[in-house]
Amino acid sequence: MNSRITDRIATGVFYTIAAIMVALLLYLFYFILSNGLPQVTWDFLTSPSSSYQAGGGIRDQLFNSLYILVITMIITVPLGVCGGIYMAEYAKPGKITNFIRTCIEMLASLPSIVVGLFGLLIFVNITGWGYTIIGGALALTIFNIPVMVRVTEDAIRSVPKEQKEASLALGITRWHTIKTVLLPYAFPGILTGAILASGRVFGEAAALLYTAGLSTPTLDYGNWNPFAENSPLNIFRPAETLAVHIWSVNTQGLIPDVREVANGASAVLVIAVLLFNILARWLGSVIHKKLTAGK
Amino acid sequence: MQVAAAKETIFKINDLNLWYDDFHALKDVNLEALNNEIFAIIGPSGCGKSTFIKTLNLMINMEPGVRMTGEINYKEKNLLDSRVDLVDLRRKVGMIFQKGNPFPQSIYDNIVYGPKIHGIKKKSELDEIVETTLKDVALWDEVKDRLKTSAMGLSGGQQQRLCIARALATKPDVVLMDEPTSALDPISTLKIEELMTELKKKYCIVIVTHNMQQASRISDKTAFFLHGRVVETAETGKIFSNPEDKRTEDYISGRFG
Repeated sequence: MNSRITDRIATGVFYTIAAIMVALLLYLFYFILSNGLPQVTWDFLTSPSSSYQAGGGIRDQLFNSLYILVITMIITVPLGVCGGIYMAEYAKPGKITNFIRTCIEMLASLPSIVVGLFGLLIFVNITGWGYTIIGGALALTIFNIPVMVRVTEDAIRSVPKEQKEASLALGITRWHTIKTVLLPYAFPGILTGAILASGRVFGEAAALLYTAGLSTPTLDYGNWNPFAENSPLNIFRPAETLAVHIWSVNTQGLIPDVREVANGASAVLVIAVLLFNILARWLGSVIHKKLTAGK
Repeated sequence: MQVAAAKETIFKINDLNLWYDDFHALKDVNLEALNNEIFAIIGPSGCGKSTFIKTLNLMINMEPGVRMTGEINYKEKNLLDSRVDLVDLRRKVGMIFQKGNPFPQSIYDNIVYGPKIHGIKKKSELDEIVETTLKDVALWDEVKDRLKTSAMGLSGGQQQRLCIARALATKPDVVLMDEPTSALDPISTLKIEELMTELKKKYCIVIVTHNMQQASRISDKTAFFLHGRVVETAETGKIFSNPEDKRTEDYISGRFG
């Protein structure tokens, strides 16, 4: 009797908490999208931002965000995957491994503004590059690597032991086993993790303030030479991303339509992150199905 | 005994001791396995029989905290002595596990996985390996029309036979089997047993089994393990009809284990 009531109460509490979370998220989306979506027009997405007049867009910021994301992932994924393979397959349990693990976790929990200031010191001042895309990407790499390491390690550890044994027992070397058995099996997990990390990178502002900067030179999208000053592909140019743009127009914007631009940009940002998440889930399940086909 | 003397000794184990950290899992094991014979290892759970079979291809090294003393002579080469080439050893000493563990790839790719990595590139050669090994395990007729489909679609018994074919594809001398039929139905079990008697014509087979009828049906020699020790090892016929040790008799007649 008594335990039955407790059970009901517990069930009720969990349902309520779940409902609160869903409601919060839905309200947030409703608020951001209802304010922002009306501003998001083709013109808004494809025109450059303006400094003083109303009617500026977010073309360059959107491009910068995507470009920094790509550069970050190009650096992060190989490093993170290798680190994850090391942690899952090579690291022997012991003090050193525990120390490495602690370091990785510390790295993951560093406040992003601190990483930004660190980036300012290293990638902006010491290298003498100034505010650059590559500097921003490296700063983002710092707190993205731990995520990739963890995701890869978990994915590789989740490969059934029998699969690994089967390969080793055939006289296949450890590296070949990793390459041909473990990595393909772990691939959906790694991919999902990478896309989820992308969502985080895409929305990051604090770490980029002092590394990629608050401005973008006038870009010529016809110029594909990555070494030209006005080429969008140049990684040694400053680049204001979407998230940074939202922050900067709100704090120091001189345009009369600050609210509209900020709302529109926020909506675009949220939709992009949402798309990343949906993509991650969808791709993960498609590949998983393909791998276990026939069963 | 004259017949046995003519057969080549594949494994000769001398005073093998094994510890997992502080746990003494194998104690003074002495055994000999000959070519063209099926060597069965029986004993209750936890007696060290699975541990023992994993020492024969050094898969035991995957477990943390393992320490060994003694000799495991494989064709007169002590595996514990010098630095053994694990890749070479495991290619020559194939292993079959409790449950069929094919890779989530096509039937064809499963079999050519080993040979391909070991350097066979020619398509015609690989095709031939697939056909002969599948015929060896009597799976060819069942799957020849769907070699490119996923191995995960096969039944449990077929998967296990595919795994045997996969192990044979690297041209081993020995096939180790760790309770290969414990997850299979009686008909699949029978097929695998028939297969083993067929395979012993070409290979040395060491099998760990929980199933005493199985050991008595198929094996030539049997060793009875208890608490990490070999209690008795003899011709299978003798051990099941006239065991020397009281404990062997108790186990075989089902009084414990």
